[in-house]
Amino acid sequence: MGNFHMTNRLMTRRRTLVAGGATMATAMSGLLVPALAQGVAPTTSMRGGSNNYLPDAPIVERIGNGGFWMTGTVRRAGDGAPLPGQRIQIWAHTTEGHERDPHSHGATLTDAEGVFRLEMPQIVPAFGQPHGHLAYDSEEFETVFLRPVMGSASDTSLEAHFVLQPV
Amino acid sequence: MALIRPALIWAVLALALAVPLAAAASSPLLAWRDPIYIVAGFAGIIALCLLLLQPLLASGALPGLSARRSRRLHRWSGLGVLTAVVVHVVGLWITSPPDVVDALLFISPTPFSAWGVIAMWAAFAAGLLAALRRKWRIRPILWRNIHVSLAVVVVIGTVIHAILIEGAMETWSKLALCGLVVIATVKLLKDLRGRTARTRSQRSRT
Repeated sequence: MGNFHMTNRLMTRRRTLVAGGATMATAMSGLLVPALAQGVAPTTSMRGGSNNYLPDAPIVERIGNGGFWMTGTVRRAGDGAPLPGQRIQIWAHTTEGHERDPHSHGATLTDAEGVFRLEMPQIVPAFGQPHGHLAYDSEEFETVFLRPVMGSASDTSLEAHFVLQPV
Repeated sequence: MALIRPALIWAVLALALAVPLAAAASSPLLAWRDPIYIVAGFAGIIALCLLLLQPLLASGALPGLSARRSRRLHRWSGLGVLTAVVVHVVGLWITSPPDVVDALLFISPTPFSAWGVIAMWAAFAAGLLAALRRKWRIRPILWRNIHVSLAVVVVIGTVIHAILIEGAMETWSKLALCGLVVIATVKLLKDLRGRTARTRSQRSRT
């Protein structure tokens, strides 16, 4: 505390201005947060997202031999807070199997920042589009199924983001 | 000289059908598909190929074929389209039932599905009408107008369906084949208009 007062006293005018500006910005954002919080709407399931879903895919280090990354974030609807430890299930038509094959399915957990990353085999176009499937289907929040499409079939990663609505 | 033109037409037609089929057969995607999925995909490609033959056979545009033979082949080729469509849909259904159910219910996330399903129903209707033409004694001009209208829906639906799909077909050979299908269909429509106009003027003269 003593240190803090010291630096305060030693502040130059310019630094005061910068600090003042920062404080203003903080206050402003403080005002904005509640307004934004109501704006973080829950993600709705995509059409066809649940196709070939096999419930309770096991949590795995990676699906098959890997080489492709499925990444994303999981946040809470309303305040947008990151949700750690959430189970996200992933499946796709890849170089190692069809969507229906159990070995094409796997799950992972979000880290402390609500981020998930699961390595899986390369997704290849199937049923006309190179796409993946993701599911949040556990107890705490409403179920959401996503079906992101890759910009190009040669992409080696794909991301999908969840904003979950508490049950 | 008289032989060169027919030979050229047949050669171009053979190439127009063989190149897209060969290109699709060498698609890397096939390595990661089950046989039934590959068969289903190729049934779709074959249906598209037959859609190039259909207008040419209907108008008797192919050299060396009598009008009667041409029409007979048109019927067989039409039956081929219907068979290919059934194999296509059933094969895809075995591969991934929910995706096919979504498509048939028009709730699929992929925009090309609806076009394919529209083309499928139009093809079934065109075929059914052809089968019932004699039994129901439909007036020839009326029958032809409905059959051709349905065929146009089949062509438009199939071409959009094929172009929007990222699948086994190679892009350029697919676009070329689709272009030829559209050109052959437009030419048939023009010929038919000419024929109708001639029939009318003949009738009004007699």
